[in-house]
Amino acid sequence: MPKIQVTLLTGRSLGQGRAKEQGKLSELYLESVACCEVQHEDLQNIGLEYGNNIRVTSNHGSVVVKVVAPTQPLPRGVVFMPYSIWATQILGSDTEGTGMPTYKCIPCTVEPAIDEKIMSIEELTKKFPRKRSRS
Amino acid sequence: MSREIAILNGTVFDPTNRIFGERMDIFVKDGKIVGSASSKAQRIDASGKVVMPGGVDIHSHIAGSKVNSGRLLRPEDHRKDVEVKTPTTHSGVGYSIPSTYTTGYRYAKMGYTTVFEPATPPLKTRHTHEELDSTPIIDKGCFPLFGNNWFVMEYLRDGKVEECATYVAWMLKALKGYAIKIVDPGGVEVWGWGKFLRHLDEKVTHFNVTPREIIRGLCKVNRLLNLPHPIHVHTNNLGNPGNYTTTIETMDTVRDMANGSKPIVHITHVQFTGFSGSSWLNLGSGAPEIAEYVNKHGHVSVDLGQIIFGDTTTMTADGPFQYFLHMLTDNKWVNMDVEVETGSGIVPFQYKRSNYVNAIQWGIGLELALLIKDPWRVFMTTDHPNGGPFTYYPRVIAWLMSRKARERTLSKINRTARRRLTLPSIDREYTLEEIATITRAAPARSLGLKNKGHFGLGADADIAVYDINPSDMDVLRRKPAKLRRAFGQACYTIKNGAVVVRDGKILKSPFGRTFYVESQTKPEIESNLLRSIETRFRDYYTVGIENYQINESYLRYPAKVRCEAEI
Amino acid sequence: MGLEESTFRDVVCTVCGCCCDHLEVTVKEDTVVKVKNACAMSTSKLLNYMNERIMKPMIRRRGRLSGCSYRDAVDAAAKILLKSRSPLLYGWSLTSCEAVEVGVELAEEVGGFIDNTTSTCHGPTILGVHEIGESSSTLGEVRHRADLIIYWGCNPIHAHPLHMSRYTLLSKGRFRKSRSERTLIVVDVRRTDTAKMADMFIQVEPNKDYELISALRAAVRGDEIEQDEVGGVPTDLIEEVAEMLISCDFGALFFGLGLTMSPGKSENVDAALSLVRDLNSKTKFVIIPMRGHFNVNGANNVMTWMTGYPYAIDFTRGFPYYNPGETSAVDLLARGECDSALIVASDPVSNFPYKATCNLTSIPLITIDPHITPTVLCSDVVFPSALVGIETSGTVYRMDGVPLVARKLVEPPRNIRSDIEILRDILRRYRNLKRLGR
Repeated sequence: MPKIQVTLLTGRSLGQGRAKEQGKLSELYLESVACCEVQHEDLQNIGLEYGNNIRVTSNHGSVVVKVVAPTQPLPRGVVFMPYSIWATQILGSDTEGTGMPTYKCIPCTVEPAIDEKIMSIEELTKKFPRKRSRS
Repeated sequence: MSREIAILNGTVFDPTNRIFGERMDIFVKDGKIVGSASSKAQRIDASGKVVMPGGVDIHSHIAGSKVNSGRLLRPEDHRKDVEVKTPTTHSGVGYSIPSTYTTGYRYAKMGYTTVFEPATPPLKTRHTHEELDSTPIIDKGCFPLFGNNWFVMEYLRDGKVEECATYVAWMLKALKGYAIKIVDPGGVEVWGWGKFLRHLDEKVTHFNVTPREIIRGLCKVNRLLNLPHPIHVHTNNLGNPGNYTTTIETMDTVRDMANGSKPIVHITHVQFTGFSGSSWLNLGSGAPEIAEYVNKHGHVSVDLGQIIFGDTTTMTADGPFQYFLHMLTDNKWVNMDVEVETGSGIVPFQYKRSNYVNAIQWGIGLELALLIKDPWRVFMTTDHPNGGPFTYYPRVIAWLMSRKARERTLSKINRTARRRLTLPSIDREYTLEEIATITRAAPARSLGLKNKGHFGLGADADIAVYDINPSDMDVLRRKPAKLRRAFGQACYTIKNGAVVVRDGKILKSPFGRTFYVESQTKPEIESNLLRSIETRFRDYYTVGIENYQINESYLRYPAKVRCEAEI
Repeated sequence: MGLEESTFRDVVCTVCGCCCDHLEVTVKEDTVVKVKNACAMSTSKLLNYMNERIMKPMIRRRGRLSGCSYRDAVDAAAKILLKSRSPLLYGWSLTSCEAVEVGVELAEEVGGFIDNTTSTCHGPTILGVHEIGESSSTLGEVRHRADLIIYWGCNPIHAHPLHMSRYTLLSKGRFRKSRSERTLIVVDVRRTDTAKMADMFIQVEPNKDYELISALRAAVRGDEIEQDEVGGVPTDLIEEVAEMLISCDFGALFFGLGLTMSPGKSENVDAALSLVRDLNSKTKFVIIPMRGHFNVNGANNVMTWMTGYPYAIDFTRGFPYYNPGETSAVDLLARGECDSALIVASDPVSNFPYKATCNLTSIPLITIDPHITPTVLCSDVVFPSALVGIETSGTVYRMDGVPLVARKLVEPPRNIRSDIEILRDILRRYRNLKRLGR
């Protein structure tokens, strides 16, 4: 399987900001944030087209999202994901003593995941460990 | 339910009512001073103790955006001084910039019951009120800044004093402010371009008006509006050698407007503008000259801005001065310019006894207090936290009351400074009645707070009882540490008729009132004004006029002071 | 607020840290029907705030969230806090200062931790300010005076859509009348939509901001830079920019999460604050962080005046203690130090890194929020709340510290309370239970 090394940025986008206000369970929200922007040549390197699913993997985790064209041009080797529960799946919790996790400039790999499914918000929240049964 | 208290057999100091250390009883009912009390009254035995009205601080930076920026800037300041939560108090932190609860508690513990925040940027005055409302026990108020306000400068440039007065009246009402504060008039606007302004007659860039015109204009405005407190001025040139001449010039520039014996200008933290000499090397005390002027001219009052040796946080609306202090010390620096109105700066600072300049500054403050003869026109402040934290007031009182206390400190300060100061040759020692004057009666009168600072019938029942036996004064003067302890921890502090402090411990912490001024102008004048500034307001500010004004309901316990404008 | 259509003017927006106060909102039958002057985010919020609302309190029973009475929810929340030894109270940036005030009191009472979303946005900025201070101003100063504007690691076109038109590049000031009197420099790792507006775009390599700022500081001081390029930017260009910085009359540097979220974090901000400080010996220069949520600055301010510290406050010892990196939410959770959490107006399950989130979902979780969010879905007790600035009023602080009142425009849905009321009720119930020794 082709796989490329990239630097991941997470951040706000107008689409995410607008969709967030429509509701996080909305279709629009999923469309707007369960995605990763990859630059055209980088995408060609792994033989994919926009709209395919990809797997983004860091030292801390892995997530499947849709690959989309950058809304704002990216340099080669840099990919972008809007802030969301999909992006946080692969972020580390170490803050290097600052309180702030690293949300930008994260070394990752990107590979095709055409046949894999993007998890829904409900599925992702169920993935988290639940506590011992309580009253 | 009526709450009655009888404070029995104390030695009472109430300079306003010419009571100078008489053994007598003070009665309280429903938050007011009354002539007698029923047998059900709570009895407080004050024999062998001093009873004074609650302290009134006319100038202490306790609330608002720059104070909070100071807190944010300095976690290291708080770590060395924490307050643990108790059943009657919230936790908090000191040291030089205490959190709001701690500020209220610490003032109350010293027997202080009224404090004024002397510099609020109008645009951020809502913030100031939020903090004042979060400060328990004390009554309070704030002075909006006007000395660099575009509207004010434009009105005064065009000679439109009455319009300016209408504008100021509207602002005080809109902001729930108490008095006109002027800081480095014109100088902070020029600092908006990173430049400095040095003389009273230098034109403010783009505004074609001078500091002198601003001070005179606002002094006239103050009179037209009949405001309870005179213009409150932090002069130009603060912190520069030789600036005592600016201070005298500033006082003298409004001399012709004097109105009987009532002060019409208050020069604040005059120590910081009491430097003689032409450089840091030959810096000296301008206190004798300033004192002489004040002694000869009744139109002026001052407060000290006494410095305390040790660590503190300096913060003023005088942006250019704070930058200068940052360059001088290389300490960290916050600057915050506020559109259309003012600026501010914050720099941590350490006053050192061994430092020549600091030692001179220490001497200037005390010389002023001791050389100015009329205690009704010199008020005790440290310009908290600029000269030092307000918690050091007992130390200042000890220096004023005890020559021995001064000598002890003098023996430890920079030797050259000691040689050049007049202080060692001054014998005067403040009496308890003079202390009662400079810490409560006089500031209350200067603020025009008719029910504060005295024990007349109907006055607010704000009372401090100190563990001082006036017959032991000679002993106490020789043991200043005891004096400090006594003034640092009131036996009782009564606020609005409730015992809030006993033996230095907080019993309860009700919230006090916020005083603000409404100067009644003719209604059509105000509506004309609002129409005339509507467009300019939108052009000048990044917020709308509707969102700028603060409703009375925004304040927890608003206390309106009305006055009649002459316009 | 009746059947008639009515229009509110000068409405304060409650989306981003710009807190624009010039919105016109038309309301009919307690519903927003029209919004004028607002950006896309703001319009979207005002027209869609009823989507995915929680309509009643919920408690998790046998693994499922189900509706319950308000009283039962308050009781359950108070009991969770009572059983807990080190609860975390987190969120606070999308509510009013008045609510934060109650929050701090609750945190003190329960002896827990209180942190706001600053720790995951501009926390490093505050750490930088502790070291350096900041030369700053209100936004109006920039509008009136700035002839040079820099956006560094931020993208206002997307995150603060009206920032440029109201306060900076495109605004009309007293001394700068139009766009042509201002120069815009944008520094970013990608050519953002903001960069497209710039007179000069500087593309810095990812994670090289610190190096580039340091090189600029050197150039401003007049030191020679020996490398040919720094962070992907040619030295000639760095020197040219330094000259622009020095020779402007009034410069303003706005920076965003590009500095605070990249490795280096507070060091990056430290460098930027130092650059601006240095520039003040040559000209006038200010720096303003682009705060994200509409009241994150208010949360910082309230916490600071009540405790001395702006976020990440630890009350477990009976007095406020502060050490971001230790007492901040993500660190507390990653170390598994909290045994319950109360979330107010925030969605950490979506925003926190995976491991920290795992910990959050495995402790008793109380959430107060108007909307269904992933955090709500993972909670044990849920309170629906009224939206500040739409259904209830409250004080908010703009990114430059200007306080504004966000007003109530419509009635909240039936039985939906404000954050303040809910927090007060929990606090009251907690105190009662404690007194009764339960």
